[in-house]
Amino acid sequence: MLINRNIVYFTIMALLLIGVGLFQSWNVSLSILNLCLISAIMALGVNIQWGYAGLFNVGIMGFAALGGLAAVLVAMPPVEGAWSAGGWGAIGGLFLAFISIALAVITYQRMSAGRTRSIIIIAICVIGFFITRAVFGPATHAIEDINPATSGYLGGFGLPIVLSWPVGGIFAGIAAWVIGKITLGLRSDYLAIATLGISEIIIAVLKHEDWMTRGVKNVIGMPRPVPYEVNLQTADWFITLSSTLGADPVGFSSIFVKICYACLFVSMLLIVLWLSETALKSPWGRMMRAIRDNEVSANAMGKNVTKRHLQVFVLGSVVVGLAGAMLTTLDGQLTPTSYQPLRFTFLIWIMVIVGGSGNNWGAVLGGFVIWFFWIEAEPLGLVLMNVITSGMAEDNSLRLHLIESAAHMRLMTMGLILLLVLRFSPRGLLPEKSS
Amino acid sequence: MEDLLNAFLLMSNFVFVPAIAYGSQLALGAVGVTLVYGILRFSNFAHGDTMAFGTMIVILFTWWFQSMGINLGPLPTALLALPFGIIVTAIFLLGSDKLIYRFYREQKAAPVIYLIASVGIMFVLNGVVRFIIGPNDQRFADGERFIVKAREMKQYLGTAEGVSIKVSQGLTVITAIIVVIALFWFLNKTRTGKSMRAFSDNEDLALLSGISPDKVVAVTWILVAILATVAGTLYGLDKSFKPFTYFQLLLPIFASAIVGGLGNPLGAIAGGFVIAFSEIMITYPYKKFVAYVVPGDWKPEGLVQLLATDYKFAVSFIILVLVLLFRPTGIFAGKSV
Amino acid sequence: MSYLIAEGMTGGYGGADILHDCNIYAEKGEIAVIVGPNGAGKSTAMKAIFGMLNIHSGRVVLDGEDITNLTPQARVAKGMAFVPQTANVFPTMSVEENLEMGAFLRRDDIRVTMNEVFDLFPILKDKRNQKAGELSGGQRQQVAVGRALMTQPKLLMLDEPTAGVSPIVMDELFDNIIEVARTKISILMVEQNARQALNIADKGYVMVQGSNRFTDTGEVLLNNPEVRKSFLGG
Repeated sequence: MLINRNIVYFTIMALLLIGVGLFQSWNVSLSILNLCLISAIMALGVNIQWGYAGLFNVGIMGFAALGGLAAVLVAMPPVEGAWSAGGWGAIGGLFLAFISIALAVITYQRMSAGRTRSIIIIAICVIGFFITRAVFGPATHAIEDINPATSGYLGGFGLPIVLSWPVGGIFAGIAAWVIGKITLGLRSDYLAIATLGISEIIIAVLKHEDWMTRGVKNVIGMPRPVPYEVNLQTADWFITLSSTLGADPVGFSSIFVKICYACLFVSMLLIVLWLSETALKSPWGRMMRAIRDNEVSANAMGKNVTKRHLQVFVLGSVVVGLAGAMLTTLDGQLTPTSYQPLRFTFLIWIMVIVGGSGNNWGAVLGGFVIWFFWIEAEPLGLVLMNVITSGMAEDNSLRLHLIESAAHMRLMTMGLILLLVLRFSPRGLLPEKSS
Repeated sequence: MEDLLNAFLLMSNFVFVPAIAYGSQLALGAVGVTLVYGILRFSNFAHGDTMAFGTMIVILFTWWFQSMGINLGPLPTALLALPFGIIVTAIFLLGSDKLIYRFYREQKAAPVIYLIASVGIMFVLNGVVRFIIGPNDQRFADGERFIVKAREMKQYLGTAEGVSIKVSQGLTVITAIIVVIALFWFLNKTRTGKSMRAFSDNEDLALLSGISPDKVVAVTWILVAILATVAGTLYGLDKSFKPFTYFQLLLPIFASAIVGGLGNPLGAIAGGFVIAFSEIMITYPYKKFVAYVVPGDWKPEGLVQLLATDYKFAVSFIILVLVLLFRPTGIFAGKSV
Repeated sequence: MSYLIAEGMTGGYGGADILHDCNIYAEKGEIAVIVGPNGAGKSTAMKAIFGMLNIHSGRVVLDGEDITNLTPQARVAKGMAFVPQTANVFPTMSVEENLEMGAFLRRDDIRVTMNEVFDLFPILKDKRNQKAGELSGGQRQQVAVGRALMTQPKLLMLDEPTAGVSPIVMDELFDNIIEVARTKISILMVEQNARQALNIADKGYVMVQGSNRFTDTGEVLLNNPEVRKSFLGG
């Protein structure tokens, strides 16, 4: 029964994408598919946290953005002279900051409570702050002064961009570990609020630390894991291939590139999905669900709930970071201003809940369905508004306002979908298999 | 001596006065969050957007009044529109409770389910506000701009620095004081208010005592409508109205409520000022201040700013983290961790 | 006819039945005590009488009126009052406010009742403005009983009122309970401290595995060798 349902839903999804290909264009259809694949991976990450363990992460955007940062740091070519100008200073500054925090933590743990301890800790923090600033500030200015119009940042290591995917996962995992360490074990609300906060701060860092990410000037023209269209169009084998298919080489080259991406993403999705399914069915996964369903009795049975939660929170965030790096790879640029919580955090949530929390296939389906409608809602909304306002005069101000605001209908629709699914079908399209 | 006076005036103008106004706005917001937490037992992620919604209604009424030539002279017309904003917001909140939250109360759902439902409502509000008024900045302040102008003060005192106090700032503080006094009078002196505290303290015992949960919840939403609309309108008058900014206020507001101990209204007010003062003091460039205080003509080279203004949210976050690490129930004991 | 009749109660919290044909009666102005080993369903029986769990057979009659299908809140209005074993005060509210909340449903002047409570528990009068959460265990129990009395109940139900208080405080509480009973209020009480409780009981119920094992006056039960051996430790 459940298998049938899986097949039916995924077939419908495939038909929808094919429909877009036939009626709109294959280019659009493949673009949607690629983002569906990335969304599905992100939703898998959130499903690990929410579906397996009941952890409410409101900072998905931040973890995805860390993946984006990894893409820049791994794949961009190093900027000439930037390292000698201030690279080591910047790294040294960060290292000093880390040392001061570590010292403060050690002091807190080693000394007995009292006024002396507080004074020493405050002193360490203040001195550490100013030393860090003294090293860090000039170094970053020096970096930002190098040819600001085109670079003005450190650049990366010039490695293949695919490597940034696991690195993005590691970045996100480290951030998740810190947040989890602080808030897990407290009320579920605190995790939600803290993740909301850290994601805002990560975005602020990406926007304002120009030496690292060029800030709002964006990093563009990132290297690709797949061939470029122009190169394809002049390659003999490609021209032969398109003529056998009877396609125009220019148009087909962009479709071909998208198919290459899709193949990469599908393999990534399959790997993550396989790992998630294996984990879920393992004794570890059963224990996670047992804890989720009855934290009190799991605690009583001697399970270290907080430690398990930390594991699952870090793992989920790693997957989100991975997907974030893939997204930046697909975009070919890092634009910090494009990270909006509604698009990156709450949309993913809706994918998981609509798809079926606790079921990995459900998360994947949710990623596909919601992304599809998120993209197609805009033209549909516009059509709807045009129909509604068709009786009004061309320059009617209400009509103009409605058409202009059609885009915002998406938010409202997504909110309503979330509320309706939560209320009437809380187990989602593909419910969790009860064990 | 003169320098010290100038330094003090400088700090008053750029730190104390704005922080008191901002702190009042955060305090009102945080009390709203803490009330929902105390009575309905979840963190309301829709609160920032509820503030935006209430403010939007106030703005629409303000524009309507302005178009009819109705105004309050030196005071902003928005004050006149405030009651209408509150009523519409209260109707919205009561409706959302009836349609959404009540179902989960009957189910005795886990707090995290309410949290997700509040995220859904946040989305809807987000869309409604942007749909009606658009995502951009809206100005709706009118009337006098200043109570005290820095220039006049400088002339009067003969000092290099002066303090300016905007009408919106004075209004914020006075309104906040009135609202808070009224709220505490209500919670501590009236039968309904006491029953709300009882419900927040011990829900089962409150039920055994015959306190009606439906009434307590309804009154809570009405209070939240008042607090959110007033806080949002004051913030909008003081700075400007932009829907996304109100969403971002969620973090400092939650931080205020947690610092003060979730569920504790008095703590939320203190928390609001702690957050506001920290945020403004840590991001203020002290260059001029240092020049006044340090003897001689020595002037610091940099801005002497502890943290760039871009990172003001980091301040709320760090305070939040410190409180969670060392006193998870807040500075004033709140409800459970 | 007894003031409270709870007959043939069978039911539980949804899973297996905990109560099996359990019968409890209470007379006006008398103290009825339910004792028994741990897990015998003592508290469950009391909750069933108060309507906090569903019984699928049996009935509860108060003062001649069948209340089997009423909610706990409606039973409060009918003259029942219940003091839970734990979390039985409003901790951040003052003693006086706790008492006021007890009288929440009353619209008449509550000062007379409040003074009666203060006469019964004089210490509460001194601490009337202190938060209930800051009081000692025994004083908190007094607040809890006082809150229940504010509804002017006809039947007062106490779930282990002496749990976790010192022996001296326990004696004092039992004295208070006898005094309450003298004001023509029926008292139904679940107790761990069986011997002391049966001492003041007009009627005692020994429950085992959800059913009545022995039912008699407190005095007879105390002298019953079998009861002494099995439930009172010799």
